[in-house]
Amino acid sequence: MNLDFSEEQRILRKSAKDFFTRESPELLIRDMREHETGHDVELWGKMAALGWLGVIVPEEYGGTGGTFMDLAVILETMGEACLPGPFLSTAVLGANAILLAGTEDQKKTLLPQISEGRQVFALALSDPGNWYEYENIKTLAKQDGSEYAIEGVKHFVENAHVADKIICAAQVEDKSGRKRGLTLFLVDADSPGVEIRPFRTLAYERHCQVVFHGVRVGENAVLGTAGNAGPALETLLERAAVAKCVEMLGAAQVSLDLAVAYAKERVQFGRPIGSFQAVQHHLANMAVDVDSIRYLTYQAAWRISEGLSAGTEAAMAKAFTSEAAARVTRFTHQVHGAIAFCDEHNLHFYYRKVKASGLAFGDSEYHLEKVARSLGL
Amino acid sequence: MEFKFNEREEAFRQEVEAFLNSALPPDWAQKSMGWPGGYASGGYQGDDALESLARYRKMLIEKGWNTISWPREYGGREYTYVEQAIFDERTSYFRAPNVDVIAAGMVAPTILRVGTEEQKKKWIPRIAAGEISMWLGYSEPNAGSDLAGIQTTAVQDGDEYVIHGQKVWSSGAQVADYAWLIVRTDPAAPRHKGVSFFLVETKSPGITIRPLQTILGNYHYNEVFFDNVRVPAENLVGEKNRGFYHLMTALDFERVILVGIGGFKRVFEELVAQVKQTKRDGVPLSDNQSVRLKLARIATEIEAGYLLVWRTAEMLDKGLSPSVESSVLKLVATELSRKMAEVAMDIFGPYSLIEENTGFTPFRGLALRGYLDCISATIGAGTSEIQRNIIAYRGLDLPRF
Repeated sequence: MNLDFSEEQRILRKSAKDFFTRESPELLIRDMREHETGHDVELWGKMAALGWLGVIVPEEYGGTGGTFMDLAVILETMGEACLPGPFLSTAVLGANAILLAGTEDQKKTLLPQISEGRQVFALALSDPGNWYEYENIKTLAKQDGSEYAIEGVKHFVENAHVADKIICAAQVEDKSGRKRGLTLFLVDADSPGVEIRPFRTLAYERHCQVVFHGVRVGENAVLGTAGNAGPALETLLERAAVAKCVEMLGAAQVSLDLAVAYAKERVQFGRPIGSFQAVQHHLANMAVDVDSIRYLTYQAAWRISEGLSAGTEAAMAKAFTSEAAARVTRFTHQVHGAIAFCDEHNLHFYYRKVKASGLAFGDSEYHLEKVARSLGL
Repeated sequence: MEFKFNEREEAFRQEVEAFLNSALPPDWAQKSMGWPGGYASGGYQGDDALESLARYRKMLIEKGWNTISWPREYGGREYTYVEQAIFDERTSYFRAPNVDVIAAGMVAPTILRVGTEEQKKKWIPRIAAGEISMWLGYSEPNAGSDLAGIQTTAVQDGDEYVIHGQKVWSSGAQVADYAWLIVRTDPAAPRHKGVSFFLVETKSPGITIRPLQTILGNYHYNEVFFDNVRVPAENLVGEKNRGFYHLMTALDFERVILVGIGGFKRVFEELVAQVKQTKRDGVPLSDNQSVRLKLARIATEIEAGYLLVWRTAEMLDKGLSPSVESSVLKLVATELSRKMAEVAMDIFGPYSLIEENTGFTPFRGLALRGYLDCISATIGAGTSEIQRNIIAYRGLDLPRF
């Protein structure tokens, strides 16, 4: 047993923390929420130069060759910084999708582009009304000679409006109308027939509705082999869920730190409110929540890093973290009283972010159901 | 990071498991009535309970595993804290009885740390051999969570001390040989600076024991009255008037990993198995979404509990003092004891109310026993509120009221 970061990971953590403090002493999200695209291109270039966009990309594909745990180290600091932008959709979803499902050619072509910061990715999964059960996807890719025509609507495609590539999940249907199974397609975001409409959301994340109007793509747009995306997608979503947990861990820790600091300085009835047990017990419960989030999440991330099965551990982490991180930020608000209800206070960004992350890639009950299945129920 | 056992740990884990398989009756776990975290719901209910317990105890002591945390020079195994945690996890998973956990697990390490050479010579071999058992004389009627408020006194009279006062909630005092007693030796000193530890023979003249019946109907703890009980001065352990500091050290280092986390897992597995074979109105309970989610929540929290056990043990092995982390662990485990009992009661509905074996009693009637016993879990050894205070003061550095 060893539940600490390695020396390299400690250094990576420190440099990531220093980087965000230096680049954005105030929370970046405060400015970016009004920004046209929400994507800070200059920051993106710097993160690429640091090797973070390709942190899990093997060196042979132009990446840093790190582990999922290294990626988690970076994501945790991003959670602490409440960082907006397409890092997760590119460096986690895009890179992992290609690593898990892509052909050798696709890896050789696309992974260096991700590592170098030249391509932003977005993942188009949910059909309208489809929350997390991706096996029910109805979006069609009709086979037509050596091409496919993709027809359908996708909701919650984060960062599609700034993406170069959209990975679209669709059911392949051959000429005779037979379904050939779930397939991931790499679609250029500027392809004819791709209609992107961003909408505003709770945490200022840039989600989009993407309509595919018979978008024509070639055989080489199929990520891996057609009709076979299920297992890769399942693993990808497991990793996405854990990535969200790591971000929530960072956000929850910052939230707790804010609450503790405020409880020590805010004086009422002639003493710091942090001396009152009603407040102390809120804070103690929050600390316990953060502790449990931390180790459930690290365990899942470590298993992914080691190439071990991580389905149950990821589901436990996401089930617990989605609720617990929301609880922590909610009680941080309670400890602050009215002041953090003001827009000028930073706390609401974290309150928003962890709720959005909690509902992304499976909410608590969705993952509890996975845990129940793992118990043989 | 390594969320797995190293080779040595894995080998030890298997050794413990093989031992438990050989030392306990095969149906021991199936007949164990204890509720994880609880104090009073009792152990094995088989007819051969006493012989089995004696046999297990003898084998454990022969193996030297009652002293695995002790230094080698005193016959201990000097196992790492992670290994001690593995031992606690496996034994509790097998629902094995706690053997000498007070004498060998808590008192002896304190004697070894703060006792004189004569005291070590006198007590340590007898504890190691399993010849003497002990009970903890901590709480008093007016000193529960506020332990520094104890009023039982020990006054020196030549080469003896005379002890007068009362202890309460003394688990096992009706059967154990010696009290590990904390008493006030300097009433004029500040509360934390005037108490000392004594070893007192339970059958000393002047001691009266009144067993208290628990809400489960059995006898577990006692009121103990001390009416001018005379104790040799050499039985004062550690520095006079420094008892509170010895106590804090002992609590931090001895008890942090002994939460019996394996018991939670074992009982939960049995609960899940029972759910799988139970129907409600003809529909399997395992098809009920509310039941599925309830169980999945408990499974997740048990996993978190396990991780907090390894985390705490690992910190100790690194030489860090996990005073806050052990409070987090105690709080999480005992609150889980309560949650799991509530879930078990709710899942079986009216059937969980049946106390006796009717042929249609689900879960061996464990839910009901757990529902009663879990009350003790969040109270004994520092209430949940005291644990939260510790987390707040020591962990978050919040000001005291």
